[in-house]
Amino acid sequence: MKLTDAYWQKTRRLTLILLIIWLSVTFVLSWFSDWLNQWQFLSFPLGFYMAAQGSLLIYLVLIWIYNHRMHQLDAEYGIDDE
Amino acid sequence: MASLTRIQRYYLIYTGAFLAFVAGLAVLEDHGMPPRWIGYSFLFFTIFMYAAIGIMSRTSDVSEYYVAGRRIPAFFNGMATGADWMSAASFIGLAGTLYLSGFQGLAYVIGWTGGFVLVALLLAPYLRRFGEYTIPDFLGARYGGNAIRLVAVGAAILSSFVYVVAQIYGVGVITSRFVSLQFEIGVFVGLAGILVCSFLGGMRAVTWTQVAQYLVLIVAYITPVAILSWSVTGNPVPQLVYGQVLNEVQRLEEKIFIEPAEEQVRQLYRERADLYAQKIMQLPNSLTQEREQLSIDINKLKASDAQMKDIVALERQRRELPHDPEQAKARWETAMFAAAERARPPTHHAEAFPAKDPEEKLAQQINFLALIFCLTVGTASLPHLLMRYYTTPTVREARNSVFWSLLFILLLYMTAPAYAVFAKHEVFSHLVKIPIGELPGWVAAWSKVGLVSIEDINRDGILQLAELSLNPDVIVLATPEIAGMPYVVSGLVAAGALAAALSTADGLLLTITGALSHDVYYRIFRPQASTQFRLVISKSLLLVVAVLAATVAAERPGTILLMVAWAFSIAGSAFFPALVLGIFWNRANYKGALAGMAVGTLVAIYYIVRVEFDSIPWLAISGIRMTPWFQIQSTSAGVFGVASGFLTVLLVSLLTAPPNNQTKDFLERIRRTPARDKS
Repeated sequence: MKLTDAYWQKTRRLTLILLIIWLSVTFVLSWFSDWLNQWQFLSFPLGFYMAAQGSLLIYLVLIWIYNHRMHQLDAEYGIDDE
Repeated sequence: MASLTRIQRYYLIYTGAFLAFVAGLAVLEDHGMPPRWIGYSFLFFTIFMYAAIGIMSRTSDVSEYYVAGRRIPAFFNGMATGADWMSAASFIGLAGTLYLSGFQGLAYVIGWTGGFVLVALLLAPYLRRFGEYTIPDFLGARYGGNAIRLVAVGAAILSSFVYVVAQIYGVGVITSRFVSLQFEIGVFVGLAGILVCSFLGGMRAVTWTQVAQYLVLIVAYITPVAILSWSVTGNPVPQLVYGQVLNEVQRLEEKIFIEPAEEQVRQLYRERADLYAQKIMQLPNSLTQEREQLSIDINKLKASDAQMKDIVALERQRRELPHDPEQAKARWETAMFAAAERARPPTHHAEAFPAKDPEEKLAQQINFLALIFCLTVGTASLPHLLMRYYTTPTVREARNSVFWSLLFILLLYMTAPAYAVFAKHEVFSHLVKIPIGELPGWVAAWSKVGLVSIEDINRDGILQLAELSLNPDVIVLATPEIAGMPYVVSGLVAAGALAAALSTADGLLLTITGALSHDVYYRIFRPQASTQFRLVISKSLLLVVAVLAATVAAERPGTILLMVAWAFSIAGSAFFPALVLGIFWNRANYKGALAGMAVGTLVAIYYIVRVEFDSIPWLAISGIRMTPWFQIQSTSAGVFGVASGFLTVLLVSLLTAPPNNQTKDFLERIRRTPARDKS
């Protein structure tokens, strides 16, 4: 009983952490795009690059981390869906 | 397992067959096959393939019909979701929007991809663990009661129907442009293409055709810009190298923007805009004056021995004058805004928030974030997308399939900004400062259909940047010609756009009929209906809704693109708070969710109406236009809708009784927490 409760708590914590990263990439970084544009990355202005490619790749990584970690948690707590 | 599965083998063969078909057409074109026939071949070959898949996947099983039997592997569900998600607007319109608005347009790229993180973290695993058929099902089970199911059905239909009309409209545009079918006929060809996929096999058939359509659309989207990239930079991976091209574009911008001829042209447009503003101010006198002036001119010409054709031209001008001051106002306002648009100093492509003063910059920043917010939340709320995560075999596969979805979608969204930059490079280096008689062929070809327009306002015989105006659609459609590719590539692009429109329309249509037949008919009116009869109802509704959507599309509603943007705000306001709080907050109850959904939707609609319209003739309301709150545009109405939705769910839930034990059981099931005090 204790065990599966911990599963939900860990799921929630993981969700919250990833969501905070997502919020900062999506909203905080975009807000400062013109400031980021003073640097170059792969010959793009950095702010433009983040909006056109960087953020998108970070999203993909966030989902990958979530899936990977949830898979570990599933195994740890013996959660076996269908 | 090292060897390929049966399905993977099928799709590999399918992709090979498609590429062979394209190569075959290229050879035939080389031997003199006319472009029109190439267009027809693409249209009929691709629709025939989709139809074949649709018919092979026919089914009379309810679970197969609504959720494809929950047997779709994560990888293929990702592809199907990609096609489901990327609409005609993403395929044709996005690159053009990025061309016209530069950095500001990237809000769409961020919003339409960032939403998938919300889907992955907050919704997909829980929807799959719940494991029913529709989104109203989920809300009905979580909160209990039919009222919430009905509100959810209403919001799902409201947001999906507008969207499906836009897709069918897109099919009409594509077919009329590439195979010169009449627009209305094109719409009904599109209807046929949609029905062959969804009618017999429901979700199962739609899923497998969407996979096929994804493959066509992604090949069609990337091929032209890859060839263009190779010819401009020597590297065929446009996403990697367009940074250099962007630098070159910036260098050209610095030079072109400050040229005296450009300044002169902008000044001329400014004067024209002022002239229209003056004429609008002096209505109705200015209209009578103009008509009298034309009459005087005509009489003068008639008195002299002027040529008949000059007189006829003037008479036509008089005939085409607006009939009444109201029409004059509308028409002149359009002309004034068009002129003012061209008079505006151009902005640098990569510059973020290019404002004149800090206040304007703040407004741009707020709107950029507000649009991203609405698009992400809308993405995580549109039922036709969420439904796809019911179709995987397990929760784990559902999670993985969000990853694949985003990966497949990224391929297109990371390419779109490259399209825009390459097109700008072409315009700056091969169009601007070129004598109008010597412009490249694609300009004349697309001027004929009205997607490109050129006006030599300063009469110097040379094209200035401000004299050129491009319809956003032209960027993707004309890229094959810009790069000097054979017509077969243009045909490929048309086939890709068609695939994007058809696949999205299929998914939306299933959502609408699912809501009506499953949620309203079966769950509310006749729970005792036999499965066979439920499918008959579902299929007939599909037919009715599809024909209805095609009929609306054939009317060519003018504001369709704007309406699609509103659909995101409405869907987000209606569903997002109730879904997310329903999963993560124990205390959310029936009354709170019902109130939250209603308030969120109404606030979004209220904001759109008050900001966008001044009067509603059929309700006899007028003078209702208001100044936007915090300068936020109507396309981002969801900011207020979602916020008020969340607040309402919170407040009303806390003020009313906590949810019952049934809800506890439900939450324990979808979260996999243990049952407490149940014995």
